[in-house]
Amino acid sequence: MRIIHMEDIQRDFQVGDEKVHALHNVHLSINGGEYISIMGPSGSGKSTLLNILGLLDRPSTGIYRFEDTNTTKLSDLQQAEIRRHKIGFVFQFFHLIPRLTAAENVELPLVLAGEEPGRRKQRVKDILARLGLSDRARHRPDQLSGGQRQRAAIARATIMNPAVILADEPTGNLDRSSGNDVIQAIETLNSEGMTVVLVTHDPELGERARRRIQMVDGRIVSDSGGHE
Amino acid sequence: MNIRDLIRFCFRALSGYPLRTGLMLLAMGMGVCSVIVLTALGEGARQYVAGQFKSLGTHILIVLPGRNETTGGPPPMMGETPRDLTMADAMALKRSSAVHRVAPIMVGSAPVAYAGREREVTILGSTHELFQIRDLSMAQGRFLPEGDVRRPEAVCVAGYKIKTELFGNASPLGQFIRIGERRFRVIGVLARKGQSLGLDMSDVMVINEASAEALFNRSSLFRILVQARGRDAVGRAKKTILEIIQKRHDGEDDVTVITQDALLATFDRIFITLTLAVGGIAAISLIVAGILIMNVMLIAVSQRTTEVGLLKAIGASGRQILKLFLAESAFLSLVGATGGLALSAGGCLLIQRIFPAFPITVPLWSPAAAVSVALSCGLIFGVLPARKASRLDPVAALSRR
Repeated sequence: MRIIHMEDIQRDFQVGDEKVHALHNVHLSINGGEYISIMGPSGSGKSTLLNILGLLDRPSTGIYRFEDTNTTKLSDLQQAEIRRHKIGFVFQFFHLIPRLTAAENVELPLVLAGEEPGRRKQRVKDILARLGLSDRARHRPDQLSGGQRQRAAIARATIMNPAVILADEPTGNLDRSSGNDVIQAIETLNSEGMTVVLVTHDPELGERARRRIQMVDGRIVSDSGGHE
Repeated sequence: MNIRDLIRFCFRALSGYPLRTGLMLLAMGMGVCSVIVLTALGEGARQYVAGQFKSLGTHILIVLPGRNETTGGPPPMMGETPRDLTMADAMALKRSSAVHRVAPIMVGSAPVAYAGREREVTILGSTHELFQIRDLSMAQGRFLPEGDVRRPEAVCVAGYKIKTELFGNASPLGQFIRIGERRFRVIGVLARKGQSLGLDMSDVMVINEASAEALFNRSSLFRILVQARGRDAVGRAKKTILEIIQKRHDGEDDVTVITQDALLATFDRIFITLTLAVGGIAAISLIVAGILIMNVMLIAVSQRTTEVGLLKAIGASGRQILKLFLAESAFLSLVGATGGLALSAGGCLLIQRIFPAFPITVPLWSPAAAVSVALSCGLIFGVLPARKASRLDPVAALSRR
């Protein structure tokens, strides 16, 4: 089932007097359950593409359909709704809120969604157990290792059971072994049917994905599994 | 997001920066506290003055020579009058059925001497009815004797302070003192009664009105105090007083009659205005506290930019972010105001401890007003930072580390 469809996406930035094309003529379709890596040099537009996929950014022109909804016409509120329920973000710098414990950070999307406290606790407990963080639940981020922080961030991204996980250099700030843990956690989620889009410039990591997209200068130059 | 989670989130955000939060709470608390304490002082002053008027006696009317055309202004203490008020005028007032007692008052100053000690003293020339009208009480001896008020009598009643200064601890009763060129026998000492209407009753010497006329060689009265037969009779008394005096003064309406109630109402108005003004000035500090909250919240928003970006990424709408930051400002001003209430309660208790005679009272409206001004300041000044947060571009916000 196709969940993401991008048609002729263009994204321009105004830098001083010049117009910079961060994305140019991008066509992309993603089916449910795919495992995609987006690679390319810095400034090739992969993060911009990820931000548009995640509805954090709007394309300048083009059509972006998420599960048959034309997102470009949605209001801020409706976009937030999709982000909350359908999309999970994993960032390079984790972006955990420092004053909250790991469990509270993971709980946050449920809190924003207005889920009732009794049900929240159980879900947080389950997901922390799955990611091997049960004994770290009451620790604050500064008391966790890098790998643990990123796993907490993954727990937060998946607690709403989203359709898509968008990961932006999730291992970029980690040593090799904790990076491996994190990738394995993400791949386990994918094997359970979650769509994963992974932005990286580490070729070794990129090769692990079943479908690989190469970007240069805001264009997709190769796509190992395009289905036009 | 339900309300409990909202409050918890705010609480965690605020307790994450204890110093900053503490300072903002202090500013808000001080603002609320100063509004309440200052209005309490104003209200206390009003009640103090009201109490002073009550100590004047009940159902009192004051007849002043001279006409004051404007109502509500201060009585004419000094000024040219076409016709003096005299003892005869005062006695004529007794004919009215609405009038219970009449006390003419002549005021002058004369040297008082006893056993080589001498000093200028305010001399009050009056009659025995002054005792009931002004609700006086005696420390020793008795007040001016009843009898023919037109006959000078060489007796005097000393204020408490004068007695102490002239006689020390010895009893003055029966002793002769000199007032001006005349000799008077001391027959009584007034009890300590403190100030009343600007006249310190402990620092006067009371003599018979007729004696005072002779002493000062004039017949014009300072004022006449009239006690009506009852509260209902006050209005009738005022009317008849004016009629009687007018008849006696060749049809000239040349006195002013002030009722105690009117006087009290005037002072009441003055003090309420004063209280409001002082409270208003204090309210400025609340606005300052509001601006402080705005400043600090703006700093908080820029410090927590990535947090805002993250919240948006995990599904918070702009409205939710707005609510979160507004709730923080509201929380700050609410807790600050509550602290201010406690602080002001402590302050009032302290003032009461230090000045037990001063009736400090918190008017009911002032805490309510202070808290609502504090809350609305917090909310109004919280809007700007909260809007700034809600409009942050999540991509830019998250690109910062």
